[in-house]
Amino acid sequence: MKYTEEHEWLDVDDEGIVTVGITAYAAEQLGDVVFVELPEVGKTVSKDDEIVVIESVKAASDILAPLDGEIVDVNEPLADEPGKVNDDPEGEAWFFRIKPDDLSAMDDYMDEAAYKKFIG
Amino acid sequence: MGDALQRTALYDLHIDLGARMVPFAGYEMPVQYPDGVLKEHLHTRAQAGLFDVSHMGQVVLRGDGVAAALESLVPVDIAGLAEGRQRYALFTNDDGGIEDDLMVANRGDHLFVVVNAACKEPDVARMRAALEPLGITVKLLESRALLALQGPAAEAVLAEHHPGVRDMRFMDVETLPLAGAECWVSRSGYTGEDGFEISVPQAAAVALARALLADGRVAPIGLGARDSLRLEAGLCLYGHDIDAATTPVSAGLGWAIQKVRRSGGDRAGGFPGAAKILGEFSDPPAMRRVGLRPEGRAPMREGTALFDAETGGTAAGRVTSGGFGPSLGAPVAMGYVPAALAEPGTRLWGEVRGKRLAVSVASLPFVPAGFKR
Repeated sequence: MKYTEEHEWLDVDDEGIVTVGITAYAAEQLGDVVFVELPEVGKTVSKDDEIVVIESVKAASDILAPLDGEIVDVNEPLADEPGKVNDDPEGEAWFFRIKPDDLSAMDDYMDEAAYKKFIG
Repeated sequence: MGDALQRTALYDLHIDLGARMVPFAGYEMPVQYPDGVLKEHLHTRAQAGLFDVSHMGQVVLRGDGVAAALESLVPVDIAGLAEGRQRYALFTNDDGGIEDDLMVANRGDHLFVVVNAACKEPDVARMRAALEPLGITVKLLESRALLALQGPAAEAVLAEHHPGVRDMRFMDVETLPLAGAECWVSRSGYTGEDGFEISVPQAAAVALARALLADGRVAPIGLGARDSLRLEAGLCLYGHDIDAATTPVSAGLGWAIQKVRRSGGDRAGGFPGAAKILGEFSDPPAMRRVGLRPEGRAPMREGTALFDAETGGTAAGRVTSGGFGPSLGAPVAMGYVPAALAEPGTRLWGEVRGKRLAVSVASLPFVPAGFKR
């Protein structure tokens, strides 16, 4: 598992597909999530594109694409049950799966120990 | 900023309760407690919520002819306000705009006024300038906290501390001992629920708050849920839904101007902007405040532009406050639209992140009020 400074977690599988969600820390900071707008499957994205919108009771925030690549799957049920982001942010409430152009770009991100230090 | 934030008498209690504190109108205030905004909101609608609203301004006006004197600043019937009763009022300006909204209570030998925190200083200055030359004293109380207990269980909870509250109707005010202190209690609030606002001496505020929170039906509620509760109740937030550029009739607050102050009434006019404001009852303003129900799940926040077509056209209006309505499980908003588009059911489009999303004009309030009249 890798982590970004934007509080995303990235989980790469055997086929090199990366599942992306937000950390429990981020979900806690956001407060109750009431709306999630997901990207389209098949969309080609560049690193730092704003591809997911999360609205909490307080405000809207974005999730940025952590890597260049193609969106190969999105967690459709989240759109109907946005509260899952608060209930299980590091499990059921993943947002999308991305097939990166270059998997080695993952090396730029923090491991769990570094992320824990990052959030203090 | 620069200026140090002030703290209310309940600051340490908020910290003990695990509140997340934020700067608000010059104060450090609890925006939410560990339960979070959604649960706090729903708890208030189901049982009772306790709010610290001590940041608001509490002002005592005293002197001969105080009611008539205050009528020079508000388009509201103050002279006819019976002892032991409270009324919603507005400070207006010469252009007919709203300078603040407030509560005025007739407490027998004086008027008790509660104003918004952010408007406290200009409001006191306005009252001093207009009322002191008439022999009225204007005293901003620095030594009283203000609590709001809101929700269907509020009466039963407070009655355990003083049974007299059961006899109070909506907008009644009384002096009652609570937690051993002289409290000024009104049956009012700003959540759409039945409930009470309690002005309590600062020294007794924590004891009273703890006594109320000891009741299993009461939870502490932050500013986040206070905002979603008042939005669902269709109540205006000063600086957002109403301000110096909106007029009472445009804001749908014409009901707050009693007949006696309107054209033809015994004490018609005589307040700032009277000609403009009274003229709007016969010649309605171009824009109206309306309720808005977005058809999708995306909230439409303050500032969202509203259009009368899915593509093209120019902005017809805008959202002045909006978010998620926990009781409805859906987004809700309020805003201003041209009078021709103000009919409930009218379909409009709000532009959210560059996309036009459908939204319907809706009747207010979104959630029926639970007041005990």
